[in-house]
Amino acid sequence: MDVISTSLPILLQGLKVTLYIFVIAITLGFLLGLVVALLKLAPFKILNWIAKIYVDAIRGTPFIVQLFFIYFGINSFHIISLNNTTAGIVTVAINAGAYFTEIIRAGIQSIDKGQTEAARSLGLTGSQTMRYVILPQAFRRMLPTITNQSIISLKDTSLLSVIGIADLTQQGQIQASATFEVFKIWLIVGVIYFIIIYLLSILANFVERRFELR
Amino acid sequence: MSIITVKNLRKSFGKVEVLKDINAEIKEKEVVCIIGPSGSGKSTFLRCLNRLEDISGGHVVVDGHDITDKNININKVRQEVGMVFQSFNLFPHKTVLENITLGPVKIRNTSKEEAEKIALELLEKVGLSEKAGSYPGELSGGQKQRVAIARALAMNPKIMLFDEPTSALDPEMVGDVLEVMKQLAKEGMTMVVVTHEMGFAREVGDRVIFMDGGYIVEENEPNELFNNPQHNRTKAFLSKVL
Ligand SMILES: Nc1ncnc2c1ncn2[C@@H]1O[C@H](COP(=O)(O)OP(=O)(O)OP(=O)(O)O)[C@@H](O)[C@H]1O
Ligand SMILES: [Mg+2]
Repeated sequence: MDVISTSLPILLQGLKVTLYIFVIAITLGFLLGLVVALLKLAPFKILNWIAKIYVDAIRGTPFIVQLFFIYFGINSFHIISLNNTTAGIVTVAINAGAYFTEIIRAGIQSIDKGQTEAARSLGLTGSQTMRYVILPQAFRRMLPTITNQSIISLKDTSLLSVIGIADLTQQGQIQASATFEVFKIWLIVGVIYFIIIYLLSILANFVERRFELR
Repeated sequence: MSIITVKNLRKSFGKVEVLKDINAEIKEKEVVCIIGPSGSGKSTFLRCLNRLEDISGGHVVVDGHDITDKNININKVRQEVGMVFQSFNLFPHKTVLENITLGPVKIRNTSKEEAEKIALELLEKVGLSEKAGSYPGELSGGQKQRVAIARALAMNPKIMLFDEPTSALDPEMVGDVLEVMKQLAKEGMTMVVVTHEMGFAREVGDRVIFMDGGYIVEENEPNELFNNPQHNRTKAFLSKVL
């Protein structure tokens, strides 16, 4: 019981860092995915290629390699210096962005082309059509896969402990070696992750159901 | 006065030419019905009139604008040309009222209040006042199509294009939609209607165009065309559908 009272506040400190990184990174990653998805669908070959190279590069390499590349690789040039938190956020964002790109592209393409035709025949521009007609419908359809990817990205943040970010996993490691209560500490850490992800799913379900009423 | 002039219009999908040298004039306030067998190019022709299809050759002049000119603001021209689709294409995430006000609010910068007032008037006109707050998923096919007509009319267009507006409807719903279209014709709307409803073409049409194999084979006043077709292909088609 002692372990909980001494270690839990510190672990929750770590959770705050995890959530902070997650929220910023997932937001950036989503916006990145949206932009790249639009590039992928744009009627310009070069843009399609740029988007494809980005997505393929991220999907074809392990997260941890991407993290080391951004944190150690980019810092090795001494042109810009990324601290570990920034590097962590950037990596999670870029990684999630690639998966979001594919999710959003598929979502947009799943909308019947009659929708675009109806909107354009009214006189809406291409971007107005995207904004008012296609994306709102596509997002509803994408919600389950967006939730899924968000959960994966949240779990990926635990790998950021290897570059010394004081997230939940890192604090778990510190507490485990400080208290020798290895079993209890990792159990608590696991339960905390589980609860957060569970709450995230409930939130997603709630949002989905609100949209379904339409 | 011609409000639409089509000169030597050609349209190919890849190597397949589906419109071959189409020439046509549509006058203001005229109701022109297009008939013909499946695959003859009726929809493609109609969709070239607001450039929903890229035009491969020739000229299409709508309300004084040559829409084959790449520099023209096609969105501006489309505001004057309403279109109604076989499959309705209502926006399922928006209420009936929002479907109708989207265009006026976002394109014409009409205030929301004004746009809603007009939308409610149009809904009354198509007999659906009580459905303003419904979502398209809650409507029958005939109701959807009448909302789609109201949505197009909300832009206050000069021309209305209809692509088989009643083909996807249960028979008992067809009448309501045709009634709305008749009313529109009576009010002097310029209309181009691709249809299988020969009764409608005969009663409401000022002129009927018969298409086959990517050509306009024959065009005439409805009674002339139906009672006294000149070409064998027209005769063969009419003998099947009448
Ligand atoms: N997007 C497309 N890509 C390739 N071919 C097409 C496309 N749209 C139409 N076509 C072809 O063009 C021809 C004319 O089609 P269109 O839809 O204009 O015929 P239609 O007269 O409207 O027929 P229906 O009465 O069945 O609606 C058909 O052979 C069709 O297969
Ligand atoms: Mg057709």
